[in-house]
Amino acid sequence: MTLKGILLSASLIALAGAAAAETRIGMITTLSGGGASLGIDVRDGFLLALEQSGRDDIEVIIADDEQAPDVAVQLADRMIQSDDVDIMTGIIWSNLAMAVVPSVTAQGLFYLSPNAGPSQLAGRGCHPNYFNVAWQNDNLHEAAGAYANSAGYTNSFILAPNYPAGQDALAGYKRFYEGGLAGEIYTQLGQTDYAAEIAQIRASGADSVFFFLPGGMGISFLRQYADSGLDIPVIGPAFSFDQNILQAVGAAALGVVNTSQWSPDLDNEANTAFVAAFREAYGRIPSLYASQGFDTANLILSALAVAHPSEDPDAFRAALQAADFASTRGDFAFGPNHHPIQDIYVREVVQEGDIFTNRVIGVALEDRGDAYAAECSM
Amino acid sequence: MSAILIVEQVLNGLQFGVMLFLMAAGLTLIFGVMGLINLAHGSLYMVGAFVAATVAAATGSFLLALVAAMGAAAMAGALIEMTVIRRLYHTDHLDQVLATFALILVFSEGTRWIFGSFPLYLARPEALAGSLTLPFGIEYPRYRLALIGAGLAVALGLWLLIAKTRIGIRIRAGENDREMIAALGVDIRTLYTFVFALGAALAGLAGALVGAIQSVQVGMGEPVLILAFVVIVIGGIGSIKGAFVGALVVGLTDTLGGIFLPELFKLFMEPASATQVGASLASMAIYLLMAAVLIWRPTGLYGARA
Repeated sequence: MTLKGILLSASLIALAGAAAAETRIGMITTLSGGGASLGIDVRDGFLLALEQSGRDDIEVIIADDEQAPDVAVQLADRMIQSDDVDIMTGIIWSNLAMAVVPSVTAQGLFYLSPNAGPSQLAGRGCHPNYFNVAWQNDNLHEAAGAYANSAGYTNSFILAPNYPAGQDALAGYKRFYEGGLAGEIYTQLGQTDYAAEIAQIRASGADSVFFFLPGGMGISFLRQYADSGLDIPVIGPAFSFDQNILQAVGAAALGVVNTSQWSPDLDNEANTAFVAAFREAYGRIPSLYASQGFDTANLILSALAVAHPSEDPDAFRAALQAADFASTRGDFAFGPNHHPIQDIYVREVVQEGDIFTNRVIGVALEDRGDAYAAECSM
Repeated sequence: MSAILIVEQVLNGLQFGVMLFLMAAGLTLIFGVMGLINLAHGSLYMVGAFVAATVAAATGSFLLALVAAMGAAAMAGALIEMTVIRRLYHTDHLDQVLATFALILVFSEGTRWIFGSFPLYLARPEALAGSLTLPFGIEYPRYRLALIGAGLAVALGLWLLIAKTRIGIRIRAGENDREMIAALGVDIRTLYTFVFALGAALAGLAGALVGAIQSVQVGMGEPVLILAFVVIVIGGIGSIKGAFVGALVVGLTDTLGGIFLPELFKLFMEPASATQVGASLASMAIYLLMAAVLIWRPTGLYGARA
């Protein structure tokens, strides 16, 4: 074959590919920098669901937002204007979601959040085309507060980084927690040494510690806490105990209780199949972020079976709202503000062979919606 | 606020300070001897932590991991000195900042390429696990005590090297008058490479030591780098003694400020807002300190008088 022939056939293949892709999904997520492991898991879970569906008429355009709001805004503009996407998804961080989502939905596109759930988008800023498939930001913290009550804790020491999600976390914990506070500290965002805070916890006489320190901050805190000789029980949201972080924390996390809407050992058919397929495809146990990406893709697939988002948006929206898909979390429904109504579980960190993972030990909140639904009118 | 809490916080401040010193010593030497602003110093810290985590996982020996971390960071340092940094000595500081910032990006993405995006686990030696009960019932983690000891030992060794050995004389001479010592027949290129590798090895050691109680991940070096710059500005650029005193002052200010400022504001404010105001002010404390020192002594505590 001549060079011209190769080029011609290559362009024909490209044309054929474009013609077959009837639905275009734009995924903006974090694939580089310190927060990359979250975006990678969302992406991998999402792509696994699409692959299992066997549909070749869906094209996913993936781009890395570098965890920077300005980059995310540029990517969204490019995907809407030149890539002509129908649906957008993928953003991990609340500050990026706030920069991108309102303009995406204002232009008539659908946005499905696989992770970030800022209170603004659940309350006054809610939108008919915005669906959150993960949780409202406060949910896991609220569940931790509810668990603290049932465990009989009456004097919690609570800490979180000094930024909006950190303040929401402590507010969420206090919304359900009924006891008193031995102390409340805001740490610096990105802080890696918690010796000073641990000394304060020791001096405070607390009977429990609640912390929200996502990513590397949580790894540092847990390892230093385990070495400090303190044996006050610790509670946290799943963000500091996801599958990827646990391996870096090591034995220091064993036995720690955390709250999550999902767990690898949740006993339902969809989840068992998902965990097995994910392990087979990627060689690791999925994290909650991977389950959220997987659920988001399956929700989209369930609605695409009914209608096309650009041709019949009303039918597509109604199909999303119905949430007629097999969620890895078991029961799943949308509330009036398009945020999940779901059970939030209590998990415990356990060791299976060489691998640290989570096991469900109870339910913290049943059929929990969120605190902002009443403010949403649409 | 009990006396035990205060003593524990002073120990925490000391431990933080000596680890900052390991970073700042290399930075100040490189700045002092070669006049170079090296933003990539934090990347060498990261290299040390990653190599230590890999070697510790493969061999199970923490000591071997420390040696490997120092060796790898020194080699990485010597390599970038010979290929990139050497071309920057005669350029102005803006070019140096741009080039070494580019090195940060290369190191970060290179590390992600080799090790992946997930944080690594670096185990501290089992013998140093748990905590020790000091006199007066103060409980303090063994590993942190060991860090204080290791940091002080390195500081002593570095002082002996600079003050008592021939190579130390050359380094000090290079700081004062590089043309003169070149004219006296000292191979200034080799000296520069050696100083750069020495600074890199100290950064790598700090990364490995601290990595065992924190998370080993891409980008871990940059927050420390900023503090290390504050340290050398306070201590006086080029002065090892200044770096040591500056590191301890910054470590203690940062740790104690975080505890006492919120308590101070609670005396005349509501607890909730006192916590927020105190925490915000505590994160500014070291920069306020730096500004105060610069007003009092524009060249830093032990800087050469301009």
